[in-house]
Amino acid sequence: MAGLTLENVTVPLRAFQLQLSLEVRSTVALVGPSGAGKSTVLNAIAGLLKPGAGRIACDDETWFDAERRISLAPDRRRVGLVFQDYALFPHMTVRENIEYARRHTADEYLDRFNIRPLEHARPATLSGGERQRVALARALARDPAALLLDEPLAALDAHTRADVRAELRQLLAGLEIPTLLVTHDFEDAAALADHVGVIVEGELRQSGTPSELVAQPSDPFVASFTGANLLRGKPDGTGDSTRIRLSDGTPITTSDHGDGAVTLAVYPWDITLSRVRPDDSAMNVIAGTITTITELGNRARVTLGPISADITIESLRRLGLAIGDSAYASFKATGTRIVANGPTPDQPSATRDRTGDT
Amino acid sequence: MRRWFLSFVFVAVTVATLLFLLLPIVGIFGHTSPGRLLDQLSNPVVRDAFVVTLKTSLIAQALIVVFGTPTAYLLASRRFPGHSVGITLVELPLVLPPAVAGVGLLAALGRYGLLGSSMRAFGITIPFTQSAVTIAVAYVASPLYIRQATASFEATDPHLTAASRTLGAGPARTFFRVVLPLARGGLIAGLALSFARGLGEFGATIMFAGSLQRITQTLPLAIYAEFDQSFNATLAMSGVLVLISAVLLLTLRIGLSWQGSPSRTSRSLFGLSSSN
Repeated sequence: MAGLTLENVTVPLRAFQLQLSLEVRSTVALVGPSGAGKSTVLNAIAGLLKPGAGRIACDDETWFDAERRISLAPDRRRVGLVFQDYALFPHMTVRENIEYARRHTADEYLDRFNIRPLEHARPATLSGGERQRVALARALARDPAALLLDEPLAALDAHTRADVRAELRQLLAGLEIPTLLVTHDFEDAAALADHVGVIVEGELRQSGTPSELVAQPSDPFVASFTGANLLRGKPDGTGDSTRIRLSDGTPITTSDHGDGAVTLAVYPWDITLSRVRPDDSAMNVIAGTITTITELGNRARVTLGPISADITIESLRRLGLAIGDSAYASFKATGTRIVANGPTPDQPSATRDRTGDT
Repeated sequence: MRRWFLSFVFVAVTVATLLFLLLPIVGIFGHTSPGRLLDQLSNPVVRDAFVVTLKTSLIAQALIVVFGTPTAYLLASRRFPGHSVGITLVELPLVLPPAVAGVGLLAALGRYGLLGSSMRAFGITIPFTQSAVTIAVAYVASPLYIRQATASFEATDPHLTAASRTLGAGPARTFFRVVLPLARGGLIAGLALSFARGLGEFGATIMFAGSLQRITQTLPLAIYAEFDQSFNATLAMSGVLVLISAVLLLTLRIGLSWQGSPSRTSRSLFGLSSSN
């Protein structure tokens, strides 16, 4: 499979500039908070905006090259772009939308995307999932050399989201062209792509497979974005770099080595909850009062003091936990990662290391 | 008690306003029997005025569409130096008193005018010809079409044009297959408004084209000319204009209902700030 290449693509944005190098071979997801420049990347690749510098190529065609003054019009780039709102032509039927690209008859796509019964329908009458299938069919009917998806699941309600995500994952897996999607949701990215890049303020912070990012988040932002709890503390003064004391005095043991003030990441699925102080191999115990319980499918996210834990609904019922109850959260030292050494600001937010800001 | 009184006042005022707006129409059709009005349609003055009006209006509106549509699209889709000057120029005829527009056209295109003197060298004379009527109508009516068309183009979703481009369609195909069909309702509404304005044109026409029967005398000019000769002819011509206006008003409503949400179109229809 040939690829889509971005070399130092630079786009000045309002508060910062997007600067990105990327190699897309299979399915890559860019994740980041809103306003990180994710859609800008897609628009630059599709030719809807012109970067200030850099080079964009697909297979052996150069689509944009600032130095050689090459910038192909969007209609000359073999790219399929699926917009966040799907951008189906409201005055055309499903079939007409698909045939707009004039490359193929719609029949093949109507069958492949299971939208044959909708062929004479207008987009306004379709559900979110159906619209997405039509938008994908239309983008692929253009015979693109690369597929771009802008927040493919954002326009859907929570109900249909899980189904459409599974469906989309299957579809993307069957494609033979490089696919780049952007999303603000790490779980969506991890489910849909085999490679994920975290982008903050127009800059790629870390990239890898979803499990690599979870196992070794490079900084507090990536850690919290991938779902980790962040705990801040200082060495406890015994000289042992693995022993940390949180600001409320709770001692924490980590299998990593810290240096000065540290930020620790602990994933919710590595945390055990109990009603009595546990007496087992877990080195770390945080006592607290349950402040929130959010049920998501067959699991529940329980927040207790500074930390959130994921447990099954079954365990929640068995323990009979409710908001206001006292409980203990425990996790092993090997479940912690030090994601930042030295003095760190209070909040690892997107504005953390903005440069050129006065 | 007070609340009841207040709603009564509002209803009464509204009814009075609507009756007031209807009053002239009732006057025209109630003054003389319909049979007599129909007889007047064979009056040569009325017939000539009708033909002149129809011919000049159709040519003027065709010119407005041909020149106004690309202008409106450019003003709606691009920002360039002089953009706001362009918008202001489009609105100029809207605020200019028609008689002043007529004098201005005469001063520019008249026999000794700015352009008129050099045109005369080529044997082209415009003032007091049917072309002058067409030009006067096109001048005063064009803002109504161009402004509505600009608003309609601005209201088309930029994602749709972007989608069209990424699907391999060039700018021309995008314009004719996506932008134009989506703006269609608004363009028809704008044309209806512009047509109505052109039909009623009086001041600029009489200054620039005069009121010569069979040549430049349009229905409004003939209404004025026949006023003290034959009031029945005046009423007949007015009746014709009322019927045409009714058709245009209906076209306007239908056009606006095609163009998506009514709130969006009514805001852009007359709001002077919409284009800035």
